[in-house]
Amino acid sequence: MSVAVSDSSEAKRPVTGDNQPPILSVAGLKTYFFTRQGIVKAVDDVSFALKRGETLAIVGESGCGKSITALSLLRLIPDPPGRIVGGTVTLDGVNLLSLDEQEMRSIRGHDISMIFQEPMTSLNPVMTIGRQIGEVLALHERLTHAEIEARVIALLNLVRIPEAQQRYGEYPHQLSGGMRQRAMIAMALACNPKILVADEPTTALDVTVQAQILELIVDLQNKLGTAVILITHDLGLVAQTAQRVIVMYAGRKVEEANVEDLFETPLHQYTRGLLASIPRLNLMRGEADAHAARLQEIPGIVPPLYGLPQGCAFAPRCLRADDKCRADYPPYEEKAAGHWAACWHPGAPNGSAS
Amino acid sequence: MSAQLATGPAPAAEQPVVAIKDLKKYYPVRHGFLRRARGAVRAVDGVTLSIGSGETLGLVGESGCGKSTVGRAMLRLIEPTEGTITVEGRDITRLGSAALRPFRREMQIIFQDPFSSLNPRMTVGDIVGEPLSTHGLASGADKAERVARLFDRVGLTRAQMQNYPHQFSGGQRQRIGIARALALNPKLIVCDEPVSALDVSIQAQVINLLMDLQRELHLSYLFISHNLAVVEHISHRIAVMYLGKIVEYADRAAIFTRPGHPYTEALLAAIPVPDPKVRRKAKALQGDVPSPVNPPSGCAFHTRCPYAVARCKVETPELREIAPRQLVACHLR
Repeated sequence: MSVAVSDSSEAKRPVTGDNQPPILSVAGLKTYFFTRQGIVKAVDDVSFALKRGETLAIVGESGCGKSITALSLLRLIPDPPGRIVGGTVTLDGVNLLSLDEQEMRSIRGHDISMIFQEPMTSLNPVMTIGRQIGEVLALHERLTHAEIEARVIALLNLVRIPEAQQRYGEYPHQLSGGMRQRAMIAMALACNPKILVADEPTTALDVTVQAQILELIVDLQNKLGTAVILITHDLGLVAQTAQRVIVMYAGRKVEEANVEDLFETPLHQYTRGLLASIPRLNLMRGEADAHAARLQEIPGIVPPLYGLPQGCAFAPRCLRADDKCRADYPPYEEKAAGHWAACWHPGAPNGSAS
Repeated sequence: MSAQLATGPAPAAEQPVVAIKDLKKYYPVRHGFLRRARGAVRAVDGVTLSIGSGETLGLVGESGCGKSTVGRAMLRLIEPTEGTITVEGRDITRLGSAALRPFRREMQIIFQDPFSSLNPRMTVGDIVGEPLSTHGLASGADKAERVARLFDRVGLTRAQMQNYPHQFSGGQRQRIGIARALALNPKLIVCDEPVSALDVSIQAQVINLLMDLQRELHLSYLFISHNLAVVEHISHRIAVMYLGKIVEYADRAAIFTRPGHPYTEALLAAIPVPDPKVRRKAKALQGDVPSPVNPPSGCAFHTRCPYAVARCKVETPELREIAPRQLVACHLR
């Protein structure tokens, strides 16, 4: 494990070269659920690429397909009722969707790992922290017991769990929420994976602990060069950690851009609505106070995925929707350099794209 | 506790709708075969607050700091161990259930999870109308009409009165909870994390609704939340709690532009700002919130405070006015 790199704990974004080939590319991914109400297209034709050391955020609201996309990458979709019905997930030239379960097991935890929102439900309550992390190493590498123990303690130190030696023998319930999430991260990083999928990794944590965990993820990413896919609904988190952002709505990708462009000139009307609907902390940022101002609402509710309307799924809630939006699904196109969106009326209300 | 603290930074001229003074709630910790009390969780440890008419007081802090306990004790949904609760000048701390009834009408509560707080076997029309029957205020056609008007007011349709809670989305259920709270024309609503469980696009709808209702009905809110961005938007004044105590109590502008307590400072620094051009400056606070069963000596925050000095470990700081209408409990201010 290559851990001994510079110990700068300063949170900064890793630099990624634009020309290097992606380590992960997803093309036309379709994950459907076959239910009594009908076919739920939880992930419908989603494509993206991830470069080494990059942080890609996938944002959206509940039911938009962001978590199912993440689970599909690791082939963790419960079947039945779910099934990946199309597309490819290519990691280092290998299509993961064509592997058998045995081969897939050697990939999970080794090349691609995942951490979840609630660490308590993903840790085994009757197994010590040390054994759980060691299990990953024992599965993927040929090591003696003593070597495993030494590696696990090094990992606990890496994720800054104090008194690592003592924590090694403790059970999950003896750890606080923040410490459990650190243990999960240690387990996910045990084999130095190329990709870490983090599904709402800080949502269940307190604000100050949330900041610690984010600092840790960014710091480890710098040290180890891991690429991170961050699944979240929190636009603050996205702004502070991601380099590129995918916005999903009703199972589809509706916009993709680098983080500055997305926050500066959101193109899809859904993205615009989301950004306008959150309180902006104007006072703290030394801007004009907006206390009396109303937040901009997105009317209506997130649509259920069975029986989506024809045309653009966001049209029923969109203030700019017209007959065209209700009839045809908008093409997903590059509207500006590196900035893609699927919207018939992208950009500001006056119709310009910026 | 000094007289100035009884009102806090509230406008002194006006009588507050509700005021709590030196409120404490301890829960015994029992161990062993005889279940003897071996200590106490000091969930709330001497909190003094007041809320004026038409005002929103934001109450923020991390999980386990006692903010929800303050909200429930204020309504006497749980009995405080010590301290007084005053509603429009009248002490209700020791009132029996019959004498308390008229005051219950003045103060209502809405919860974080609007699903677990709605009876799944009742139509939502019956749920909203139930307080009217309980308090004998309306029945029959009169009640139905009042419920219908409440549905109009919170942005639901009258046709939806016949439906059951599971037929509604999270945001709509929160509207039902708000309609039920409004049924008795309360003066104060305790809002306990009312938007935390909702989707981002729905949060704005509920926040706007609460602010509109406040303007129209001159309601007061105790707005309990861990989301500082929402609290900044909705509150007039803000109290910050840490391990059962208030560490800072001030107008929202003071809290967000010149925080007085190191903990407030750390909370603000930890907010992920939704703007990639604004980078986080400070380093994250180290460690976790200590257990309220065995809180640290002196200032409870000293174990995590970057500025702590020897005095902080031994002496508990009192809330003091460090600037007009800004109370801070810190030795270093």
